Amino acid sequence: MPFHTHTLPNGLTLVGEESPAARSVALGFFTRTGARDERPEEAGVSHFLEHMVFKGTERRSALEVNLDFDRVGADYNAYTSEENTVFHAAVLPEYLPQVIDVLADILRPSLREEDFAPEKKVILTEIAKYEDQPGHVLYERCRALHFGPHKLGNSVLGTAASITALTRDQMAAYFDRRYVPSNIAVVVTGRFDWDRVVGLVSDRCGGWPAGDAPRDGVGETRGACEFAVVPTSKWQQEYQMSMLAAPPTESRLRYAADLLATVIGDDPGGRLYWELIDPGLAEGADMGYQECEGAGVYYVNVVGEPATAQRCLDTVRAVLAQVQAESITAEELEQARSKVLSRLVRSAERPKGRLSAVAYAWIYQKQLRGLDDELAAFRAVTLADVRTLLDRYPLTGATTVALGPLEKLDRT
Amino acid sequence: MPLDIFSHTFPNGLTLVAERLPHVRSAAFTLTLPAGSAQDPEPRLGIANLLSELVVRGAGPLSSEALATALDNLGLDRSESVGLYNARFRGVGLGTNLLPALEIYADVVRRPHLPDDELDPVRALALQDLRGLEDDPPSRLMVELYRHAYPAPLGNDHRGTEETLSAITIDDVRAHHAATYRPKGAILAVAGDVQWDALLDGVGHLFGDWQGAADTSLCFGPTPGRRAHLTRDVEETQIALSCPAVPFTDPDYYAAQGAVGVLSGGMSSRLFTEIREKEGLCYSVSASYQTLKDRAVVLAYAGSVNDKAQRTLDLLLRELGKLREGVTQDEVDRVIVTLKTSQIFQQESTSARANSLASDWFYLGRVRPFEEIRAQIEALTPAKIVAYCERHPLRDFVVATLGPAPLDVPADA
Repeated sequence: MPFHTHTLPNGLTLVGEESPAARSVALGFFTRTGARDERPEEAGVSHFLEHMVFKGTERRSALEVNLDFDRVGADYNAYTSEENTVFHAAVLPEYLPQVIDVLADILRPSLREEDFAPEKKVILTEIAKYEDQPGHVLYERCRALHFGPHKLGNSVLGTAASITALTRDQMAAYFDRRYVPSNIAVVVTGRFDWDRVVGLVSDRCGGWPAGDAPRDGVGETRGACEFAVVPTSKWQQEYQMSMLAAPPTESRLRYAADLLATVIGDDPGGRLYWELIDPGLAEGADMGYQECEGAGVYYVNVVGEPATAQRCLDTVRAVLAQVQAESITAEELEQARSKVLSRLVRSAERPKGRLSAVAYAWIYQKQLRGLDDELAAFRAVTLADVRTLLDRYPLTGATTVALGPLEKLDRT
Repeated sequence: MPLDIFSHTFPNGLTLVAERLPHVRSAAFTLTLPAGSAQDPEPRLGIANLLSELVVRGAGPLSSEALATALDNLGLDRSESVGLYNARFRGVGLGTNLLPALEIYADVVRRPHLPDDELDPVRALALQDLRGLEDDPPSRLMVELYRHAYPAPLGNDHRGTEETLSAITIDDVRAHHAATYRPKGAILAVAGDVQWDALLDGVGHLFGDWQGAADTSLCFGPTPGRRAHLTRDVEETQIALSCPAVPFTDPDYYAAQGAVGVLSGGMSSRLFTEIREKEGLCYSVSASYQTLKDRAVVLAYAGSVNDKAQRTLDLLLRELGKLREGVTQDEVDRVIVTLKTSQIFQQESTSARANSLASDWFYLGRVRPFEEIRAQIEALTPAKIVAYCERHPLRDFVVATLGPAPLDVPADA
């Protein structure tokens, strides 16, 4: 087995998957915190904090942080989701110690007031950028409507108002609350010396004070099942998104959900492709599956001309209703499986491609799952599983939002 | 050539080039044909793009649906696209499925059905794409920039216009296929879990008897002026600049990449540090390099909230102009290690390697060995980059903006 795990006394967990033949190594600090863990007055703090992590520590200024990454040729970045904040880098194996040094250092950021103000401007400019993207605006609206008061509806970016109002001390308090070692997993994939990694991480992170960061508001939701049309003259195309309840990360049905979404919404080849894209009715039509802790969602997206938007909406409803009633065929299941297996194999050929897979298997299920385990799990999905999935998470009762020139659409 | 790279040019002018990569199960292919948008007749702009979408809608013995199903059953992720010079068909899947996939693509490019009743749907998608472009300010801006950076037809967008797309008939499409989907100058690049002998044999059977050459000559039109502004009601002003650079084939190519690396190679690079980190003006700011056969450009891009856009443009011009004053050894060291690392990352990806093989062969007529590229990267020095900026100054910019109001651009910028 190429897997290793180790837990420090303060609760920080290390997970490694070795590929001796790999030419690079990927490393990530996965913090189990995101938009769903924010109080209303903290809206956007997880993401703003993600930025501030790069702005310096006791040992390093912001410039020195970036210099130290660039001096080892690191391909590095970070992201914030509804429930995770991840700092990751891929490097050549000989530079892993330096990358561990920088990442471990910045995970205890100074959050200096003189860096806070300029970075707030960057966040506001990022918010402005996304306001110009109809897909993003739609995503935020639909999530908020679907989830309602459920914390998974919290916006990752926050709003211009909430970010403007946020203080450095509020961010520091959030950091102390959420960035505790027991809430962080350090994951490494590719070519590395495990003992060396454990030694370095223990040395740099072993002194972090222990603590707990429980997560509340975890639970399933059917979603609001509401329908909203948002007219705007800002865009030419009509953008529609539907959301439906789907299996959470804990559920063994998540593999079936992935395959079902592929059957219905893969581009090209899914049912929506043939119904909407092939005849030129929609510019884009796809379905995806996102699993979170305690709740999952399907997304169905359609983009097209306003003139065909009603027809597209009706078609989406009809396709989902038909699959709900009759399930999918054995052939469709096999085709989807072929595609998904092929993508998994490809992704696994790069350490960077394995990093998230290994991390989330650990974070969500406390499992060590290699590529072959994932392939086996997808191979094991049967039509009976798909029927069970459809019965427990029906494709009816979507929350739908339409954004674009149209004033009106029929819900039916 | 290195041990793991193979090539063969068939008598019809098609070149097969392949790289065996160890420890992978996937194989990727990039098939390029001399059927790019630069060959679109003026009244039929967008035809190459339409054709690339139509050829997959039924070919050889397979209907549109049967063809898609066959490729899906092979687990092939795939795309069709059109650049200025070439139509490109890309696919990646398990290595064991490569030859069966290529068999289908031989039908796609040589024996497409091009049925009457598929033209309207494909045209509808192309028209939708044009509408969607208006909703995507950064992409819309880049279309405008290229229109000003290069003379027609190089500055034309592959999408065409509503007028030209509406005029295209199925006979036009069939004629365009017959004229441009030809083997001379075509490249089939493959990377990953491949067996050369079987591949050469298979490709020979599939494409060996294909004949003909497309006319790839270009007739240049005028280049519009160097300033463009699109007035749009957006939250974020878009700014793009370009200036002439040396093409990929030029010995100075690596120095040009070095200059771009100093400007934009990582988060400690000049543009990010001066414009984003220090002044908080932008979320996105970057420089890049883009090459054509006989010319190239250095590009710079920034997105800025509207009331900071002027300052952003001023700083962008300042930083681009400053490069010739000097570059430090530490900056160059960072560029070198970043480029060397990127090279290794590329080796990990079968599809990235297939694209690189095709690109090398198209521009150079050979594949650059790994060690050659590495040596060129390692040979970069501050003096070389500064000397490049002396020979090819970063000035005389095309400046394109998209936002509520135009910006002040110095006449000599």
